[in-house]
Amino acid sequence: MAVIDAQGVYYRELNQRIKELLARGEREITLNNINGQRYIGDGLTEQAKLIINGTPGNDLAAFGNGAELVINGNGQDGIANTMNGGQIIIHGSVGDTLGYSMRGGEVYVKGDVGYRVGIHMKGYQDKQPLIIIGGTAGDFFGEYMAGGRMILLGLDRAEAQDIVGNYVGAGMHGGVIYIRGQVEDYQVGQEVKISGLDEDDRKELKGYLSGYCQEFDYDLEEVLNAEFCKLAPCSARPYGNLYAY
Amino acid sequence: MKGSRAEEKIMSGCAISGILNRKGNRFSGEEIIDSIALMHDRSNGLGGGFAAYGIYPEFKEQYAIHMFYDDLDAKEEVDYFLNRHFNIVVAEKIPTREVDKVSNPPIIWRYFATPNEQKLAESGLADDEYVAQSVMNINANYRGAFVVSSGKNMGVFKGVGYPEDIGEFYKLEEYEAYLWTAHGRFPTNTPGWWGGAHPFTLLDWSIVHNGEISSYGANKRYLEMFGYKCTMQTDTEAITYLFDLMLRKHKLSLESAVKAVAAPLWSQIERMEPKEKKIVTTIRTIYGNALLNGPFSIILGHKDGFLALNDRIKLRPLVVAEDKERTYVASEESAIREICPEPEKVWTPRGGEPVIGLLEGRRGV
Amino acid sequence: MSLDYKVPEFIIERDRDKCIDCQVCERQCANQVHIYDQDLEKMVAQDIDCVNCQRCVKLCPTNALTIRENPSEYKKNKNWTGNMIENIQKQAASGGILLTGMGNPTAKKIYWDHILLNASQVTNPSIDPLREPMELKTFLGRKPDQIEFDESGELKDLPPQLELDIPIMFGAMSFGSISINACKSLAQAASDLGLMYNTGEGGFHEDLYQHGERTIVQVASGRFGVHNEYLNAGAAVEIKVGQGAKPGIGGHLPGEKVGAEVSKTRMIPKGSDALSPAPHHDIYSIEDLRQLIYALKEATDYKKPVSVKIAAVHNVAAIATGIASAGADIIAIDGYRGGTGAAPTMIRDNVGIPVELALAAVDDRLRQEELRKNVSLVVSGSIRNSADIVKAIALGADAVYVASAALISLGCHMCQKCYTGKCNWGIATQRPELVKRLNPEVGAQRVKNLITGWSHEIKEILGGMGINALESLRGNRLMLRGIDLTDKELEILGIKHAGK
Ligand code: SF4
Ligand code: SF4
Repeated sequence: MAVIDAQGVYYRELNQRIKELLARGEREITLNNINGQRYIGDGLTEQAKLIINGTPGNDLAAFGNGAELVINGNGQDGIANTMNGGQIIIHGSVGDTLGYSMRGGEVYVKGDVGYRVGIHMKGYQDKQPLIIIGGTAGDFFGEYMAGGRMILLGLDRAEAQDIVGNYVGAGMHGGVIYIRGQVEDYQVGQEVKISGLDEDDRKELKGYLSGYCQEFDYDLEEVLNAEFCKLAPCSARPYGNLYAY
Repeated sequence: MKGSRAEEKIMSGCAISGILNRKGNRFSGEEIIDSIALMHDRSNGLGGGFAAYGIYPEFKEQYAIHMFYDDLDAKEEVDYFLNRHFNIVVAEKIPTREVDKVSNPPIIWRYFATPNEQKLAESGLADDEYVAQSVMNINANYRGAFVVSSGKNMGVFKGVGYPEDIGEFYKLEEYEAYLWTAHGRFPTNTPGWWGGAHPFTLLDWSIVHNGEISSYGANKRYLEMFGYKCTMQTDTEAITYLFDLMLRKHKLSLESAVKAVAAPLWSQIERMEPKEKKIVTTIRTIYGNALLNGPFSIILGHKDGFLALNDRIKLRPLVVAEDKERTYVASEESAIREICPEPEKVWTPRGGEPVIGLLEGRRGV
Repeated sequence: MSLDYKVPEFIIERDRDKCIDCQVCERQCANQVHIYDQDLEKMVAQDIDCVNCQRCVKLCPTNALTIRENPSEYKKNKNWTGNMIENIQKQAASGGILLTGMGNPTAKKIYWDHILLNASQVTNPSIDPLREPMELKTFLGRKPDQIEFDESGELKDLPPQLELDIPIMFGAMSFGSISINACKSLAQAASDLGLMYNTGEGGFHEDLYQHGERTIVQVASGRFGVHNEYLNAGAAVEIKVGQGAKPGIGGHLPGEKVGAEVSKTRMIPKGSDALSPAPHHDIYSIEDLRQLIYALKEATDYKKPVSVKIAAVHNVAAIATGIASAGADIIAIDGYRGGTGAAPTMIRDNVGIPVELALAAVDDRLRQEELRKNVSLVVSGSIRNSADIVKAIALGADAVYVASAALISLGCHMCQKCYTGKCNWGIATQRPELVKRLNPEVGAQRVKNLITGWSHEIKEILGGMGINALESLRGNRLMLRGIDLTDKELEILGIKHAGK
């Protein structure tokens, strides 16, 4: 296992060092004193593990495709941008636009997430991206969502705090969002239908959550033992009638 | 009215000639006048001029600034500027004589000066850059004033007329230089402006040039990005600045600069050794806009010698000759034989192949 | 539903003396205009469905067909033209957004046609390109200010460059908006000619990977088919911010065009709409663009130049300056006459500015900022012939993107119905029976022929100017003069009026 002290190291040099270590066959690298370095894990295809201590900069794991990243701290904006595979575990909260156009892999966030999370997330064949969020989410959650799964748990939140903002799933045309609790009609986009969970949904949810609960030491049954709602698109073709031919 | 700067691109054809004494022995202006005079029919009396290196040994530490002024007002303003920015050792009229065919000269003055230490320190510039910027400032912003030359221990003498008449006008037989270049001009239009004659200079660089460059518009706009102001609408000015940029500012070797202005063809580059290929490809990629396209032959004069070059597909003539002490270049062989009937060697360089004449012991200009 | 007031736009005339009722037209028309009437025992036509794509005309073995604009005219009115009235009728019937394809056809000034080129006479010689060297080679990518050596005196490597033998690239057209055979034709032609082909935002079909070295892969807001392998499969990456035909709007490939192959290439489920958001949701500001540029550079190990494509809009010069300083290696500017597979008519015809003016303004500004020597500039948005290219380069472009013209060489007849997916020429369609009408080998040859012809013409024009290397034309506006232009237009273009 290699260790890099990233104190004062610019991202370009840091990422080059990571790539060099990986090229030499290193499979686990701990990055200490990370603060703001961008693009950590960007485009990595290796099956490797990066342990990040600190606050990594924007576009963490952008275009990532296989690596596992553990962040002991909060993340910023643009995590898992266009990610194709791999796993990101964040022991804190993150900023906006998490998982933009993400196509594969998993992101577990212990805390809250910002605006436009899971925007234009897509699924394709065996690639079904998964984002699970322990806390709450801002507006435009799952905007344009075209595939994959997002699960929003809202655990440990203040009484008055909404689990999610407005315009949830605006333009959604694929994938599923599970929310532990209720959303009002006005909160969701008009392309979304809200329903309860059936048996299959519960089974699926349980499958997704078991890894998450293990990772963050939650009791799976307790987490499941609540009312969930399911958001799915009304149609895979939301704008079919928009045009005059 | 002394004529004025052109508003549009000046086109002209020409004759050029140059003589270098490689040992640094100085000789009078008579021979270069004879050489350029032989090619009388290549010019039309609308411009002639000479650059001479080594003529001011007693002031060799100072910049020799040759000036044209339309009137005394213009001179007064520039004097004020120069006095503020330079320590002037000598300021005097350049001696001339009456010549029938040379009329309407401007006020012709020269200064031997060094940058004012305090102003120089404030500017944070190197000596030569300070002078270069002052020159461009005068040329761009002082109406009725024009810097003819600004190098050390060298000077340019030019005007409207045939070159042999201009030489007589300036009494060039009284000067001794180790390097002379000369130019006779054939412009298609008639601005009749003394500043427009060749050589064109900046610091130690002087250029005489034959031909018209089709790439002028591209070269000019490229130079502007490096802070050069092409105010004269002439190819010669642009060529001078290109060399100044590459040789002085970017510290390219003369060979590399030649690869930019007369770049080898891509098909030739393709056939080069990998290392050379990389260098030339890099130069052409970065300095593409420095390529001089169209017919030209030039003599770039410098305190250490000269570079003579013609365009890469040889649309303009150039002949070189050598004897024991001297190297000659000219548009026509006869212009050399006129002053050196039996040179040891005479040859015509290939298109784009530089001819470099250096003082003994100097490694490059 | 009430009357929809539709009248045929085109009238089909069949010369009965020539028609042999062979039914070729019936088989050729995907709009099902021609029908063999069993009772009448002759061919009849339903004019109303004809889009005037000229397919039947060109394939009729006896030349029996003529398509004409419907001569029926509305009462003359310069304001309420027939077109305006019909658009309103269409919307009154459907409540939809007017949709169209291809570039802006309106009668606005085409500046290329008001610019004239120079040639040498006497003072410098013209050059005969058939017998003397004539160089069109062009490098796109970031250039340092000056040549650089490392401590040991070794020449430093240049940043990555795209090497073009001719300053032409095929503009972004996604697989999905055009057929795989059209993509193959363009990619093959680019490979053979030493040009670049651009994937557009539709991913990179596996059959095209062989042309990777001649491919620019695009990253648009929808990120379709974008992954690490994709980014590294091409020679350059282009961030598509905008497109001339529809600046500021996203894209929408309808689900019926998302068949098995498109689905696989875009990595989205079959039959689902492929929606491209209007903005990149990771770019809300210029510093975000920088962030994405460098995310892509990190993902490609700084081995690929990154281009940023924007639509020509009002403050394009300032935007381009920002893009250059954000680290883009190439800036591509798409003018408002650029083509598209589908765009709202009102946007296409009213948003954005002509590329000629945008180019002049951007080149000027980049020079003022002393950035032009570092960044490459590519323009598009209706480059129709070789003279347009020469003018573009003299105004200041490094190279051009050609798209509509390339499609025309493949058989497009500018019916502007690309969005219907029923392109009878096998170009803007995904229907297998139509796609196979375009043979990719024949297609590649036709595109190559076109570009070869153009490159000869460019060389002739350069030779006439007395220039034998393209870099001497680049930004050389002295080679241009305006005709029929106002002082303001001349000032923006940075050229003089003819006669001056
Ligand atoms: S749509 Fe095309 S093929 Fe069909 S009738 Fe009209 S011109 Fe002919
Ligand atoms: S690509 Fe096809 S549908 Fe589009 S304009 Fe051309 S011929 Fe018509």
